[in-house]
Amino acid sequence: MNFLLGITPSPVMSALLWIVLIVTALYFARPTVHQFILATGDALHKAFRTASQSVANAEQGLAERNREVLLAAGRETKERVVEREFDRINETVRKDLANFSALHRNLSESINRIENDHKEAVDVPPDPPGWVAAVEAVAAIDSKDNRVGVGNVLADIHKSLVKAHKEAMSAYHEASGQRHALLRKMRPEWRQIQQTLGKVGKNVESLLGRSVTIDRHMEEYEDIVKGEDRAVSVLSSSSLVYFFVSALVMAVAIGGATINFSLIARPMAEMVGGTSLVGGFRTADIAALVIIMVEISMGLFLMESLRITRLFPVIGALPDKMRVRMIWITFTILFLLASVEAGLAYMREVLLHDELATSALLRGDLDVAASSEYMWITTAAQMGMGFILPFALTFVAIPLETFVHSLRTVVGLIAIGVLRFVSLILQLLGSGLRSFSALLTHLYDLPLFIPLWWAARDRDEASSDLSEVRS
Amino acid sequence: MKTIALSVFGLLLASCAPSQPASSGVYMLVDTSGTYREEITKAQQIIRYTLSQLDATDTFAVARVDTGSFSEKDIIAKMTFDDRPSTVNRQKRLFAEQVEKFVNDAPSSAYTDITGGLLQAIEYLNEKDPGAKTVLIFSDLKEDLQDGYIRDIDFDLHGFEIIALNVTKLRSDNIDPREYLTRLEQWQAKVEKSGGSWRVINDLDGLEGLL
Repeated sequence: MNFLLGITPSPVMSALLWIVLIVTALYFARPTVHQFILATGDALHKAFRTASQSVANAEQGLAERNREVLLAAGRETKERVVEREFDRINETVRKDLANFSALHRNLSESINRIENDHKEAVDVPPDPPGWVAAVEAVAAIDSKDNRVGVGNVLADIHKSLVKAHKEAMSAYHEASGQRHALLRKMRPEWRQIQQTLGKVGKNVESLLGRSVTIDRHMEEYEDIVKGEDRAVSVLSSSSLVYFFVSALVMAVAIGGATINFSLIARPMAEMVGGTSLVGGFRTADIAALVIIMVEISMGLFLMESLRITRLFPVIGALPDKMRVRMIWITFTILFLLASVEAGLAYMREVLLHDELATSALLRGDLDVAASSEYMWITTAAQMGMGFILPFALTFVAIPLETFVHSLRTVVGLIAIGVLRFVSLILQLLGSGLRSFSALLTHLYDLPLFIPLWWAARDRDEASSDLSEVRS
Repeated sequence: MKTIALSVFGLLLASCAPSQPASSGVYMLVDTSGTYREEITKAQQIIRYTLSQLDATDTFAVARVDTGSFSEKDIIAKMTFDDRPSTVNRQKRLFAEQVEKFVNDAPSSAYTDITGGLLQAIEYLNEKDPGAKTVLIFSDLKEDLQDGYIRDIDFDLHGFEIIALNVTKLRSDNIDPREYLTRLEQWQAKVEKSGGSWRVINDLDGLEGLL
């Protein structure tokens, strides 16, 4: 510093001299430096823009891929739904309409019986007596004409008439009774026909309802196949909902597995020892964990074999006979493991009592060692939980499948978001560096304000002289 | 390449092989000489507490200090606990029963051979080789050897912790407390010179930090 200020006898003069020299040097270097700064800014801007474009392209590719995955998953789900609806229709048709021929025969027989009964029940009015006209003619003869025997004849006719009338009425009443009996017989037939038709109607309505559902699903399926944005949007939001719901259910399942673990970890020490370690963890804990994992695996295989989940296509594609065998094998293993867990839960309680008794003995507190009469309740509850939890954990397969499928979409969406953000940041950085290079040129000019002003003044004067000469 | 692969595989296997955590070994010397015999119920209390603190695979032995204590015959009860919890409980109860029997029947001895007992403790614990070795000395630390017994021997107490418990003051200590203090200092110097660590616990209500 002293050297710099010592080039002239006066330090102030030296400083001024240095300033003049530096400003002059900076002024002469100005175009080159400006060019360098702007070129660097421009190059960085282009580099960042290219990087941003590249990231944006990657984001678009990922979005496209995510869209395809989402549509494929949606298509598969819809196919499963439609397939299930068709299965239900098939089941309805098989169960209710398979015996349609028998139903038709029953209906025909019922109708025939009704027709026959109806024919028989037709009300035939009694024939009017043919001799009524004769009676009338005879009745027209006046008794005063002294026609002998007319009165007697008439009396006989009257008697016969009354008798015939009685017989006719009796026959009529008998026939009416028979007809009424036949009509009574027709009543259950009508009811049967009514019930049968009602049942058929319900089945048909159910089929119609299912066909409406299938139509709706098919419309959605068509939208998915066409790859419409609405379908993608619906699938995307559904996927997010499924992800959070399945994550929640899995968290509950993890809680259940933790309880299960605490039930069997302690007594497991009786089998594998309580102090040995594997990789820093107690062997008993690892064994308990392995049992729970095996149970969950068996649950997964059971659900796969039942075709409730489709995580392993190999299992779903097995022949039915093999699949049923697998169902029984996995269920048996699960049942055995659940029984083992119940036994271990019982053992846990026994060990706990044993430890309490030993502690009491070592404390010299013998009264405490007496067990409570209600302890069997906790023992039974623990055994019950030990038996039930493995079966309850079986159902983890359902949220797990949903979680795995929705995770793909959610991870894709997060990656898209991250890439979009990175692209934006790169773009902003590129623009910022360009502006910064411009700012740097102005900053460079700041100490050169005197020569710049001078140069501008000269330029203005020169231009005014030129304009004067021209004018 | 094959060697590296084999090494990695071996390392993986070794890391997965079952290992045992560091176990504890406790050897307790109980002084039964003279008037100190009356303190034996307190010793029983300490033994029970120690039993409650020990866990699977730990080793515990209780031996009496009498005229000649460098002998296996003076060991009242000894046990290395199994690694199954139910067996450990059974062993602890059996141990407590053996100690109970000793407390009821133990005769008072004429002499006090603490050094012999300590030698026996070192030998026993070295043989068992637990992770942590502790010797509890339940005594007034007043050694009284019978004529002819040689106990001027150097110990190797590296890795040992020696804890003196219930070091009662004798009548002579009351007259001249320097005797008591000198006795404690001598034992401490002896232990620390041999590479061990030394501690004194006289308040038996505060046994929490014993092990």
